[in-house]
Amino acid sequence: MARQLMKGNEAIAEAAIRAGCRAFFGYPITPQNEIPEYMAAHMAENGGVFVQAESEVAAINMVYGAAAAGFRAMTSSSSPGISLKQEGISYIAASDLPCVIVNIMRAGPGLGGIQSAQGDYFQAVKGGGHGDYKLLVFAPASIQEAVDLMFVAFDKADQYRMPAMILGDGMIGQMMEPVELPPAVDLQSLPEKPWCLRGWDGQGERRIVSSLRIQPEDLEPYLNEQMKKWERIKEDEARAEEYRAEDAEILLTAYGTPARICKSAVEILRAEGIKAGLIRPITLFPFPDRAFRYHAARPEVKGFVSVELSTGQMIEDVRLAVDGKKPVSFFGRCGGAVMSEDEIVAFVKGGAF
Amino acid sequence: MPVFHKTKVLTDVPMHYCPGCTHGVVHRLVAECLEELGVAGKTIGVAPVGCAVFAYNYFNLDMAEAAHGRAPAMATGIKRVRPECVVFAYQGDGDLASIGAAETVHAAARGENITVIFINNGIYGMTGGQMAPTTLIGAKATTCPYGRDPKVNGYPVRVSEMLAQLDGPSYIARVSTHNARAVLDAKKHIRRAFEKQIEGKGFALVEVLTGCPTNWAMSPVDALKYVEEQVIPYYPLGVYKDTDKEVR
Repeated sequence: MARQLMKGNEAIAEAAIRAGCRAFFGYPITPQNEIPEYMAAHMAENGGVFVQAESEVAAINMVYGAAAAGFRAMTSSSSPGISLKQEGISYIAASDLPCVIVNIMRAGPGLGGIQSAQGDYFQAVKGGGHGDYKLLVFAPASIQEAVDLMFVAFDKADQYRMPAMILGDGMIGQMMEPVELPPAVDLQSLPEKPWCLRGWDGQGERRIVSSLRIQPEDLEPYLNEQMKKWERIKEDEARAEEYRAEDAEILLTAYGTPARICKSAVEILRAEGIKAGLIRPITLFPFPDRAFRYHAARPEVKGFVSVELSTGQMIEDVRLAVDGKKPVSFFGRCGGAVMSEDEIVAFVKGGAF
Repeated sequence: MPVFHKTKVLTDVPMHYCPGCTHGVVHRLVAECLEELGVAGKTIGVAPVGCAVFAYNYFNLDMAEAAHGRAPAMATGIKRVRPECVVFAYQGDGDLASIGAAETVHAAARGENITVIFINNGIYGMTGGQMAPTTLIGAKATTCPYGRDPKVNGYPVRVSEMLAQLDGPSYIARVSTHNARAVLDAKKHIRRAFEKQIEGKGFALVEVLTGCPTNWAMSPVDALKYVEEQVIPYYPLGVYKDTDKEVR
């Protein structure tokens, strides 16, 4: 398979089509515009549908409809637009429907800025919309990984019947890298969705897609079942990359673009005799607790540094995973500013703990 | 001897609607039309948030329950991927004309090939009688307890007239349920709105004026009389748009 140079957003869109996405609904917002633009150009020729919705709110509810009808459906946006989608995401989750939402994060809060940031971690991982629900959250650190995770996201969303989010930052969307695109999945090979809306011919039970369980005696058991599902997901689906972590005394941790900067920082620190390593969460829900627990238990580990493009959000999950066994400190840039590897090195050498 | 049969497109369960409410009548008209057109087996309905939130319990069809006001967007998503299906949204006035105004206008503007049944009773019923975008001037509601005052609350929205201005819709009509003749007439327009979709002609909406005895604090008979004497003069009945013929 040939490698080709592609812009992140376009690669994400092409990967989605190859992963079987046949319905895309979106609304313009920087820095993700190439995704709907690519879909507008290429969805029809692949037998799919594209609609530029009147709002983010409408777009996610169109996804809700297409997902209810049993199609692999997707929307993309960037931070302020993702806020608008939260209502729909909560309903989709509560209706046990699979779909994929791409968030190419920009700086917030409010209208914020259009440069890369990671300020939507809480929103993606802790809820964002109302009520008890979870998303599968995937955090690519390269365009190749974004492409590969699109396939995983659609498959896992179908498997667990829940929405999945690709949480990238503006750099993932906007930069170009060489990428190898996997072949398109055969739609006929995908598992059947017997629950999907298609018109009821009187055979078997008719289908109802609803998030309404008005009696506590219905809603509580449903949520209890959801909790069990989330536990299974935590057990089976957590992914992380460890980079020079095995003998590390200082463990940096970062997801997405900052993780790449951390790798450079690890190299510099190692060259200066400081045993640094990196844990890079690839799934944010489920959070890869096990990797942190393992290293927190190693006597030679001095501590963890959470490196983020925010004022400190993932660090809360790092602290929960480390569970007080080792110090956890924070180094971040925010508002669209990005740290250099030298800044990370200086932070570690300046006494991170 | 002719025997009356209830349509099979309605389930055989008691409806939760209040005495004197005509939601049940409109449900039956929709169900009968789908049955007579022979399309029930390929129909997907979208229920709203509001009094008809449980419509999926009554229509014997594949059904979805949308978020408040979003039924036209959800119906769009369904119809685009399943163009062979007949897709309809069933919505009240708060759902369609207030929180879902954008979804309604743009589904209409796109000429989305769906049918929308719009129940206008000028009040939020399910939440207990608050002012709706369609509440008449002077009418009392729990959030305009002294009567709707345009200086404070603005003016009622005439949805059918507004949507008829757009190029997208193929059919826009306003009907009523205040007496038997009106109900029979309503059925003709609802049927036409589904035929438009089956013919692939695009967005069709039927606005149905109904009463809300409970929240209007009237007897069922008085509520229907109020529709005839007070509501219809503000919301005149008729076909506002029909791409197959000249109207009005």
